[in-house]
Amino acid sequence: METVVELSGVVAVLSNFPALAGIDLVVHRGEIVLLHGPNGAGKTSVLRVCAGLLPIERGEGSVMGVNLRTHRESVREQVGLLGHSNGLYLELTVTQNVSFWASTVGATAQEVALAMQRMKIDGRLAHVKASQLSAGQRRRCALASLIVRRASLWLLDEPHAGLDTAGQDELDAILQSAVSSGATVVLASHETQRSRLLATRVIKVDGGLISGSES
Amino acid sequence: MTSRMQTVRRVSLAVVRKDLRIEWSSKVLLNQVAPFSLVIMIMFAFALDNEGILQRVAPGLVWLATLFSMLVIVQRSFAVETADGALDALRVAGTEPLGIFIGKSLALMVQLLALELMLLAIALVLYAVEPTAMGYAETFATMLIATIGLGFVGTLYGGLGAGARGRETLLPLLLLPAVAPVLIGATRATEAAFGSGGAQSSEGWPWIGLLAVFAGVFGAVGALAFGPMIEE
Repeated sequence: METVVELSGVVAVLSNFPALAGIDLVVHRGEIVLLHGPNGAGKTSVLRVCAGLLPIERGEGSVMGVNLRTHRESVREQVGLLGHSNGLYLELTVTQNVSFWASTVGATAQEVALAMQRMKIDGRLAHVKASQLSAGQRRRCALASLIVRRASLWLLDEPHAGLDTAGQDELDAILQSAVSSGATVVLASHETQRSRLLATRVIKVDGGLISGSES
Repeated sequence: MTSRMQTVRRVSLAVVRKDLRIEWSSKVLLNQVAPFSLVIMIMFAFALDNEGILQRVAPGLVWLATLFSMLVIVQRSFAVETADGALDALRVAGTEPLGIFIGKSLALMVQLLALELMLLAIALVLYAVEPTAMGYAETFATMLIATIGLGFVGTLYGGLGAGARGRETLLPLLLLPAVAPVLIGATRATEAAFGSGGAQSSEGWPWIGLLAVFAGVFGAVGALAFGPMIEE
């Protein structure tokens, strides 16, 4: 099975504080891995290391074959990180937002239409400004932007936050659909009950270390 | 064309199109910035209520009004990037920073140029300046070159202040001293174009040359510094 993420003894520092204290993590293509743990455990730091945003101080790490110690910027084009904000332009419509992200990578209008269809933001919602969307609709628009960017590793930080039950159900279906299309998902979430049902593997993070794992 | 240059071109086009589309949709330039600069020009006319003085200082007033209005446009240009974390998302996505810099600079230049044309028309009416045909050519050349410099430096400092707390006050403090050379050069060139204070048209071209040098320097510094700056 193809390895997408490989972290070995990774130490990462945030403002002189060791956010990760020697993490070992391997993620294979097609997995949905849930990182859970208390606040400040290091879940977001794992995602940021994988996205090439947080440098590795010690240990070794690679994402899709790219060495995170030497070429961490290069991995960003293949990775989609969705944090608490959606990265949308609130005064643009849904179509204009997704088209903008598509045009930064040279994706076609057909890819835009397909991504919007998959996220169910085509039709009536397509011409609505992002500022007028609900939290769930904005999240779907952001996910459509990840799809057109052709991100093959999705890193999602608290993806269920701010969504109602229907929105959370939709998000879960979207993630399963993304995985079936060849993507890999690593998500950090407090909503462990819901996320456990979705995840193929659950990893407990505590004190900047992996403290447990279950399939 | 190398692969990197193709990416820069693609990202620049996407960003300039997106910024102008946002402006077209929100009409902030038309409904807020243009009236603001009109009010500035009228207030100057009230404060310096003497035709001789107004004609003499009209070039400086046009460029001061441009700079004050530019602060609003730059603030706005980066406010839309930070409202829902779009600038962060661009950075996280590894979007070519040079492309973002060029795209945002071009969009700013287009908006500034439209504003300057309006301010010129106001100066012709309110301040009764009467440039010759050569004077008009010199004025347009000054506007074009000065706008390129202002577009680059505005984008650079807008990016610098984008993530900062208190950026509304920080931006004028940082940007106005940096654009002082453009203000001086553009004012001198426009004085020559307007014939203010008996200045000759030929006196303006060396200042336009100097503006071109500033534009080149600001463009080069911005191209090098914008990426590391938004990374911080």
